[in-house]
Amino acid sequence: MKQLADIGSYAIMVREVFKKPTKWRIMKTLILKEIDELIYGSLGILIFISFFIGAVVAIQTAMNITSEFIPKNLVGFATRQSMILEFAPTFCSIIMAGKVGSFITSSIGTMRVTEQIDALEVMGVNALNYLVFPKIVALMLYPFIIAVAMYVGIFGGWFAGVFGGFSTSADFIEGIQLDFIPFHIVYSFIKTLVFAFILATVPSFHGFYMKGGALEVGKASTTSFVWTSVVIVIANYILTQLLLG
Amino acid sequence: MIEVDNIHKSFGDAHILKGISACFDKGKTNLIIGQSGSGKTVFLKCLLGLFIPEEGSISYDGKKYSELSSAEQRNLRQEMGMVFQGSALFDGMTVAGNVMFPLEMFTKQSQSEMEDRVNIVLKRVNLIDADEKYPSEISGGMQKRVAIARAIVMNPKYLFCDEPNSGLDPRTAIIIDNLIKEITEEYEITTVINTHDMNSVMEIGEKIIFLKDGLKAWEGTKNEIFKTNNKAVTDFVYSSELFKKVRQMYIEERN
Repeated sequence: MKQLADIGSYAIMVREVFKKPTKWRIMKTLILKEIDELIYGSLGILIFISFFIGAVVAIQTAMNITSEFIPKNLVGFATRQSMILEFAPTFCSIIMAGKVGSFITSSIGTMRVTEQIDALEVMGVNALNYLVFPKIVALMLYPFIIAVAMYVGIFGGWFAGVFGGFSTSADFIEGIQLDFIPFHIVYSFIKTLVFAFILATVPSFHGFYMKGGALEVGKASTTSFVWTSVVIVIANYILTQLLLG
Repeated sequence: MIEVDNIHKSFGDAHILKGISACFDKGKTNLIIGQSGSGKTVFLKCLLGLFIPEEGSISYDGKKYSELSSAEQRNLRQEMGMVFQGSALFDGMTVAGNVMFPLEMFTKQSQSEMEDRVNIVLKRVNLIDADEKYPSEISGGMQKRVAIARAIVMNPKYLFCDEPNSGLDPRTAIIIDNLIKEITEEYEITTVINTHDMNSVMEIGEKIIFLKDGLKAWEGTKNEIFKTNNKAVTDFVYSSELFKKVRQMYIEERN
């Protein structure tokens, strides 16, 4: 029953976020600040992880090619497919649930504990619009870092494949061009936009409605990470069934 | 003036406010006192419009809150200033940014007009040199003064303070109390202060309402509190040896 009540409260929260907008002059500054913290601040870690995951995918694929009948370009093909279809949009979003999601929950939760949200409401400010809307807008740039993650992941695969002696550069490049379906990129970006909305709103929900003190802020951050990941995984399944099934 | 008529508020099975009526006068420091758990904070949040009572009404200068449209309620909120127990300053903004925040949100003033107003208000609370500092860089007493400055920057008609001197040393607490009293008189504000600090009661208690178990148990002034025989009030107010002696001296002086 509590989960059902939470889903209802979440829906009401999302509706409130789009009501009674904050002045554009202030909102513009808030959006730029969130882009800096949520998007630009996540670029480094996602590039780092993508490079090495791409490299590992390439090595593992090469190590599992035991038959002479399997073409060598499979290493590039598998790396491309893994990075575009799943790793970049979904795995990166789970990482972002930990990095960005915990940050959002703890920052909003701390504002709740220290009565800063009460202060906004007493002034007549729509606290949900003021706090959550800029995060949603900023995270609409999330596909940009996912595109970078795709590129870097494939580059990591090429690097490990070629310099590790698992594939030639020509085979790898032939593999990443093989049977390329442009809709897979569209599918990936649609997923990314949905995950971006989840990443902005689910952690905000857990921070905004939390009760208690500093200990509860920590607990809310953990709960937020778990639920954001669960929602992303479920949304991933539904979207894959709808778009590719 | 704020008039409260028989308000009730419950949370689940817990009946917190059990029919409180009170009147808070303009230009006076009105104090709500009572033990922890007596319903002071819930009562104050009802006055702020953060909690909606299930029964009864609250009127602000004759206008019933429950009968106002959403837009009118929002406008009324902009006529209220609030000083929170923990100051509730925005961590990411400087002192000047915190004070300027309501002006940026609700007025169409130019940057220079807002800066002038912020300087006037910060000067009023003796904080003119701290405008570029962040809340974490200033003392608790200074944070309270910033909170007062932010609360009065929009020239509010109503000022609410929740435990304004909690966590402060006695000398700073008296400075904050007197500052609130001076501002109340200077700007003709209806001020409601939630406190359990007896020094505040004796210093600035022009009108005092004592809550016990969600009911108004007593009402009077700081002078009347010495004379009352209401057991609930005397048990609360004269729980310390110091105040017992003060009362004894007052009675002896009168005899």
